[in-house]
Amino acid sequence: MQKLGMGQAINQALREEMRRDPNVFIAGEGVGVSIHLNPMFPTHGLLEEFGPKRVKDTPVSEAAIAGLAVGAAEAGLRPVVEIMFNPFFTLASDMIVNHAAKLRYLSGGKSTFPLVVRMKSGAGIGAGCQHSHNLEAWVAHCPGLKVVMPATAADAKGLLKSAIRDDNPVIFIEHMGLYFAPMPVPEGEYLTPIGKAEVKRPGTDVTVVTWSGMLGVAMAAAEKLAQEGVEVEIVDLRTLVPLDKEAILASVAKTGRLVVLHEATRTGGFGGEVAAVVMEEGFNLLKAPLRRVTGPDIPVPASPPLERFYIPGDDQLIAAIKEIL
Amino acid sequence: MNIPEEKQKEMLWTMLLSRRFEDELAELCKIEGKIPGMTILSTGQEAVGSGACAALAPEDVIISNHRSHNHLLAKGADPNALMAEIYCKRTGCNKGKSGTLHLAVPEVNAPCTSTVVGAGPPIAVGQAFAQQYKGEQRVTVCFFGDGAAAEGSVHEAMNLAALWRLPVIFICENNVYAGAQRYEEHAPNPSMADRATAYAMPGEAVDGNDALAVYQAVRDARERALAGEGPSLIECKTYRCRGHGEADPQHYQPKEEICAWQEKCPIPRLRDDLLSQGLITPEEVRDMEARAEAVVKEAVRFAEDSPFPNPEEALEDVLVA
Repeated sequence: MQKLGMGQAINQALREEMRRDPNVFIAGEGVGVSIHLNPMFPTHGLLEEFGPKRVKDTPVSEAAIAGLAVGAAEAGLRPVVEIMFNPFFTLASDMIVNHAAKLRYLSGGKSTFPLVVRMKSGAGIGAGCQHSHNLEAWVAHCPGLKVVMPATAADAKGLLKSAIRDDNPVIFIEHMGLYFAPMPVPEGEYLTPIGKAEVKRPGTDVTVVTWSGMLGVAMAAAEKLAQEGVEVEIVDLRTLVPLDKEAILASVAKTGRLVVLHEATRTGGFGGEVAAVVMEEGFNLLKAPLRRVTGPDIPVPASPPLERFYIPGDDQLIAAIKEIL
Repeated sequence: MNIPEEKQKEMLWTMLLSRRFEDELAELCKIEGKIPGMTILSTGQEAVGSGACAALAPEDVIISNHRSHNHLLAKGADPNALMAEIYCKRTGCNKGKSGTLHLAVPEVNAPCTSTVVGAGPPIAVGQAFAQQYKGEQRVTVCFFGDGAAAEGSVHEAMNLAALWRLPVIFICENNVYAGAQRYEEHAPNPSMADRATAYAMPGEAVDGNDALAVYQAVRDARERALAGEGPSLIECKTYRCRGHGEADPQHYQPKEEICAWQEKCPIPRLRDDLLSQGLITPEEVRDMEARAEAVVKEAVRFAEDSPFPNPEEALEDVLVA
């Protein structure tokens, strides 16, 4: 099987969908001519194949980029627009929160908005808090949006292809730290359903629910704990909205213990939602109190030792698991 | 001015209809519990929507704002479905989900009324982009107020539309007031149309109480857009005769100012113009007025007789299944 970084997998998904459907176009800052001449980046080479009609470099105008998607989607196109970094979502948020998410409802179901907003996210690049801020909980809180956060290159390909074909607005958040490490990716047509979690490692002793860049941390912790005889089951949500409650509850039913792991800050983070689902619908399954392992409630700092302190590590996850075993 | 006779009559008709429709709403909203939420009327500004929409083809798109009733009626929206939606009934054009403020009538290519001030222009840009992308002979008109022009999103939209030469017509309905603030309290340049220069697009200010002038400006802008020449900005200078909404006592609007503008009402202006040219007879005018009365009466009856949605219908239409 081909091995691709997540950026390349996204590129392949975009390329295949643009070849398949002439109504798909991409737009954003530098999606055509980029300051990064790097084949590991998601939109590399698409301008050359599809031309400037379908690969639209825009001014630095996040509200207009998102509005372009909303208007064009209602008119029958399938826009895939890019907000360069997750924190810049704030500049596009009216179009996403008040329009992409609500206009179908406000039309009484007459209009559809088949659009995808791609955003790069995640700490670890030393860029500081205005480029590295995981805001998935903000969009997950808005009814009318689907929220997808792949952790592997294969899932990124399969989920983006599904997102482009979905008739609803999909917020697709990519962790930059995953762009560069090659991972196996199926060639050709490969669709991953939105709304389905996946058990990335089976286990019997404790469930770790995670997503996006934290899957690697969970896998590393599970390897170490396996050497101590502790079998960790890792559930990769892949999609936050709609949330695959069944997969979470099925795993907790098996292990009786839960740790939720995410990179985003703790207060109001999506981990609280996962915890609440298990408390409400699976309380009797729990043999011990659940735990959350998250970024601390601080902006992501730039200095490498401070940034490393921010990002949850496998040592923290292992400690949390041992607390409840 | 070379405006077809039937277009002139159409403008008079849609102005009469919206005025009658909104006069009725002004009374209905005084009855406790009759009209949920806010009531925001365009009384005195009808020449803008009626003049602009008369210059459009049915396939052209309009994007509206919180002061939308005239725009939508002029675009051909069904008064019954509109009134029922304003009543928040199930038979409303949006099944009671939008109410008076967010009316969406995609069947007449009026897919979005946004009450977020300044949100319309970026969406209009998206619609116009789709029209250009598909090579269609259609344009998008975006109505927004002088208050909205202070939003950053309006700048972003105009810049992008001009850059990509999109077939969009920005219509700034300058009604002198943004909330309680007069124009000169929120805009340093007395001409909103001047802003077009910054985007290298044509900008024109017209008498917004003259439906024929609005028609002419929009028709010209539409022809430019269809010829691939890109967007235009038209500032329609008019006046908000009523409050921001019906709950607004207008204590900050001088009475003499309101009276002076009521004298400039766009409806008798066009009516008398047509009568003096012999394009319409007094009898035809009386017929039109009677028809507007009947249409609105029927819309109110339809809305009154319609059921409210069942509470659990609130859960429908969030996502495509």
